[in-house]
Amino acid sequence: MEQISPRIGLFVTCLVDLMRPSVGFAALRLLERAGAEVVVPPEQTCCGQPAYNSGDVEDARAIAKTVIEAFEGFDVVVAPSGSCTGMIVEHYAKLFENDPTWKARADNLSGRTQELTQFLAQHLDLNEISAQFDGSVTYHDSCAGLRELGIKDQPRKLLATVDGLVLKEMDDIESCCGFGGLFSIKYPDVSGAIVDKKASNVEAAETDLLSGGDLGCLMNVAGKLKRRGSNVRVYHIAEILAGMTDVPALGEDEA
Amino acid sequence: MTHEPHCHDFQKGAADALNNDQLQELLNRTLKNGFQKKRLNGMARLPEYDQLRDQARDLKNHILDHLDAYLERFELEVQKAGGHMHWAEDGDQARAIIGDICKKVGAKTVTKGKSMIAEEIDLNDYLAEQGIEPIETDLGEYIIQLRNELPSHIIAPAFHLSKNQVAETFREHHQHLDADRSLEEPTTLLNEARKELRDRFLKADVGITGANFLVAETGTAMIVTNEGNGDLTQCLPPVHIALTSIDKVVPTLEDATLLLRLLARTATGQEQSVYNTFFTGPKREGDLDGPDEFHIVLLDNGRTELLGSEFRDILRCIRCGACINHCPVYGVTSGHAYGWVYPGPMGSVLTPFFVGIEEAHLLPSASTFCGRCQDVCPVRIPLPDLLRNWRNRAFAVGKPGGAQRLALKVWAMLAQRPGLYHVTARFKIWAMKSLAGKRGHFKWFIGAGGWTKARDLPAPQGGTFQSRYQKGER
Ligand code: SF4
Repeated sequence: MEQISPRIGLFVTCLVDLMRPSVGFAALRLLERAGAEVVVPPEQTCCGQPAYNSGDVEDARAIAKTVIEAFEGFDVVVAPSGSCTGMIVEHYAKLFENDPTWKARADNLSGRTQELTQFLAQHLDLNEISAQFDGSVTYHDSCAGLRELGIKDQPRKLLATVDGLVLKEMDDIESCCGFGGLFSIKYPDVSGAIVDKKASNVEAAETDLLSGGDLGCLMNVAGKLKRRGSNVRVYHIAEILAGMTDVPALGEDEA
Repeated sequence: MTHEPHCHDFQKGAADALNNDQLQELLNRTLKNGFQKKRLNGMARLPEYDQLRDQARDLKNHILDHLDAYLERFELEVQKAGGHMHWAEDGDQARAIIGDICKKVGAKTVTKGKSMIAEEIDLNDYLAEQGIEPIETDLGEYIIQLRNELPSHIIAPAFHLSKNQVAETFREHHQHLDADRSLEEPTTLLNEARKELRDRFLKADVGITGANFLVAETGTAMIVTNEGNGDLTQCLPPVHIALTSIDKVVPTLEDATLLLRLLARTATGQEQSVYNTFFTGPKREGDLDGPDEFHIVLLDNGRTELLGSEFRDILRCIRCGACINHCPVYGVTSGHAYGWVYPGPMGSVLTPFFVGIEEAHLLPSASTFCGRCQDVCPVRIPLPDLLRNWRNRAFAVGKPGGAQRLALKVWAMLAQRPGLYHVTARFKIWAMKSLAGKRGHFKWFIGAGGWTKARDLPAPQGGTFQSRYQKGER
């Protein structure tokens, strides 16, 4: 446990901003509990992956610049997504190979950026989590978090502090859910077949909840679980840790 | 069969595979519980596996840095051993060289060991046109030759076929055999193919194999097989041609063994393949068997161009198939959807190079970038990065175009203007939420029809985070 009181810039991510603000508020609460001053710069939009992954380097670069500028001056930047964090940490610098000034700024941001569970596992006094959830959870490691950032133990360590929560791992745990951002729009049938396998593995784990650290993957799997008529409810890990499982789960009707 | 590329039909090929229940069942069963499990078992018995991967990567990089020198040494040693060396710039040249060698000895039939290079240059078709009958001797290749199909996997060409389909194919093509014979067991199938092939091995005028590695210090070409067909192809006919490519050269025998240890374990979980055959030159005096003539046909086919490009790393590939076996996309589309010779992640890097990005632009984008291919690659090829390089090239030549490109450009314009972006986002989410009402998901949504065909679309919670946060919500 490192004692710090850093100034944190929260990178909400575009999907959380649009689809599920509760994940952003959960992240905010958790970071504040870790003793940080948290700011949400309004100049942020998206990390730029849709452009970057489509081969549109020019736009990706321009968007990366807005993100780099928006988060200048924070000690730490945290995002509730392995995928967006991976983009900043692993890929931004590659966009500026021929531009030393921006490359330096990209490297600098990369060095200050962490995914939410990475940051919390390192800096939050685990007794502070004090969340409760009576039920079982299975956890999907999103690919970027797992393979680009090596996030595997952190979410499990954090979930273990939740009172009443039992973690049950699913089969074929390292396989992709088939989301892949625009991939799921461009190749919806292929993506649909891949997520079908993931959803059946989730169901076979026989848990009350599915959780994960990336909203894109969770929307994909939740959509498939709903279509399959499954009762497994889906929450982002930030929501569970912040004790916010009283809001409707992903894809669930409001009361 | 002619390998006219049909990569632009990826979506259709994928749809055909998705609608083929038998194929889906096969893929499910054989990838995870077959290849993937075997690789894990193979790794578990080799604690230094990861260290060997680093060594292999460094070795391959070293070779690529000095490729010309090692190839020259290889040529010298081949000639010293009494072999003939032929350099082929492209497929046309390679085919003509092989055609000439065959014609010189009046070849009627040619037996063939499994060779992806032969597939790459469409060799069988060419031989048939020249009146020379090519006979595939690898069981998988033999099956797809009977069926006139492309391989669907680089190390398991008939991977897409069930045992029953193979039995049907044999019944159709081996009509001289008892129609009531049982073909229930894989071993009966194998035995039948062996019997059919035995005679042909003995009668063949020329044997053509590929090579897994070329050893520069000794002028040796080597192949691994599990069926022993490569050895018979190589040593029974009077002429042996090893058709191979320039990226297969390694400096020493010891280097070859490093790669062999990784290759077998990663591909099939074996500590070694069953047959590891090293051939150096033709039959010498006193040798009991071996060919009278030994030829190496060394194909470039643009590889030197790859060497100087942002795709250089793919030349480290040792064709183990692991990236294919672990690819979630290949796992549901199988190999034929990719529309040419090489499928899966390594194929999506190689194919656009051979057939052009215009034809193959769908392949590099048919990846979730899950990164598992890179994770399992024994020579640590950064496959997602290479796929991304292709996406960049495709975008530069206008792929994707049309509505997809327009939508991306509009979105990108907004994403660079946070003020405008947030207003637009607020409006869009308000509209979407109004449509959803209290429902948590859509069964169908305008513009997301593909997505909702397979799964529901979760509805937004209501309000963007930014708007709610600005209003003071915490
Ligand atoms: S790219 Fe790597 S994993 Fe794929 S076939 Fe080549 S060596 Fe094997």
